[in-house]
Amino acid sequence: MRITRVATLAAAATLALGMTACGGDDADEGTGAGSKSFAAGSTMERLNKAQAIKIGTKFDQPGFGQKGLSGKPEGFDVEVAKIIVKELGIPEDKIEWVEAPSKVREDVIVNGTVDLVAATYTINDKRKERIAFAGPYYEAGQNIMVKKDEAAITGPDSFKDGAKKVCSVTGSTPAEEIKKYVKDVATQLVLFDTYDKCRDALKGGQVDAVTTDNVILLGYIAKDEASFKLAGENFTKEPYGLGVKKEDTDFRNFVNDTLEKAFADGSWKKAWDDTAGKFGAELGAAPTVNRY
Amino acid sequence: MSVLIDKFDVFAGGFWLTLQICVLAAVGALLLGAVLAVLRISPVPPLRAVGTGYVNVFRNMPLTVVMFFAAFGLPALGSNADFLRVPGLDAVFSRLDTDLPYFRFALIALVLYTAAFVCEALRSGVNAVPAGQAEAARSLGLTFGQNLRYVVLPQSWKASVVPLGSVIIAMIKNSALVGFFGVVGDLSQTADQLTSAEGYAFVPVAIGISIGYLIMTVPLGALLDRIEKRQAVAR
Repeated sequence: MRITRVATLAAAATLALGMTACGGDDADEGTGAGSKSFAAGSTMERLNKAQAIKIGTKFDQPGFGQKGLSGKPEGFDVEVAKIIVKELGIPEDKIEWVEAPSKVREDVIVNGTVDLVAATYTINDKRKERIAFAGPYYEAGQNIMVKKDEAAITGPDSFKDGAKKVCSVTGSTPAEEIKKYVKDVATQLVLFDTYDKCRDALKGGQVDAVTTDNVILLGYIAKDEASFKLAGENFTKEPYGLGVKKEDTDFRNFVNDTLEKAFADGSWKKAWDDTAGKFGAELGAAPTVNRY
Repeated sequence: MSVLIDKFDVFAGGFWLTLQICVLAAVGALLLGAVLAVLRISPVPPLRAVGTGYVNVFRNMPLTVVMFFAAFGLPALGSNADFLRVPGLDAVFSRLDTDLPYFRFALIALVLYTAAFVCEALRSGVNAVPAGQAEAARSLGLTFGQNLRYVVLPQSWKASVVPLGSVIIAMIKNSALVGFFGVVGDLSQTADQLTSAEGYAFVPVAIGISIGYLIMTVPLGALLDRIEKRQAVAR
């Protein structure tokens, strides 16, 4: 353990020296310890000194956080997290990505397993009881995906007559939301552990629709335009936030400041265009950061 | 730990559904397993081959794969497992009758998988009966069926109680998988629901779920111990 720490420090120091040596344009890029200064005792200072950060994200969410063959997660959440990390003065390759599926997101923050969670994380009051949210940095909305030739489903109200079946993921916000629209949960709602299975069930005709945030559905449609389409407009607002420790207001403010800066200087839009934007999802205007 | 009290109805609902699956799957697996065991010890080579082939396929395939095939392969082949809608039975186990067939698919997967182990547990019991007994019975002129009914099976049953119990307990634990294959609301899925949608801490929820499974498995184990003691044969 001790040896690894020394090695990490040595590596960080070498890197910092290397960066300084490069000089020129890199000087104000903010990589390397000491190039940024933060209030003593703050989380930002601690992370900057350590030159390392652990970030929780999804590894299976196309467009937002997906770990591909490269072994590094890619997506909008990942890019937004990188903007924050850059502002902390930590080089990108010092980020340790930790998989944070929906059910452990609060736990990894509370336990300190990660410093930040960026994982299509809908801000809601129940979650705010255990952790704090910076952002939102994106506002998704729940939508419905159906087969291309489906005409009877036009929106969530189509499930009210009790005939059509809809699929979503266990424990997700969309699954809870759609329960308000279906007549009989036991016979109309199918839940799987991943959206991939829902997509297969839709293709196989076992269900009539899949519901979740529009961006995830657009990812599927982008891959198979011949089979699927969206049915109607978004019917909820899902503000995605970045999860931090509940009591760490300084760090939350810092993340919020960084997000506002990224909205203004275009790096937020670029992050979108490089990732989820490729699916044809609308980015819209920058959301207003909620400093509660 | 307040989640255990606040959400008692959710835990109870999950427990109830899991219990339904386990009871139905246990009955199905015991029946199918018994048939397979008879096939495997029958004197007719083709029947033996069928039994052996079945056991080798299903015992060596991961349950997840069997589940996958039941939940996604059967619909692809055009079956909605409607044959499981037994009239009368679906009034008690209402999920059998719902139009989302995943309950039935999960049942099929659990039965097919567990039957292979039931068969082997029964066969180990048969093997525990000294060969001389069956030979003596045969030399007395008993047919294969009579031999099984009066000599071999009554003795082998005693020897298979313990392994059979282990198989059923394993099956109850395996049923935790069905939630991930479309059966809404079983005990294992309850945990996901509470932690991820409702944001409860994982540990108390996991403890609640564990208690749910223990309520099913521990008394079953104790019961089997009693049966074993009562039926024990001195060797």
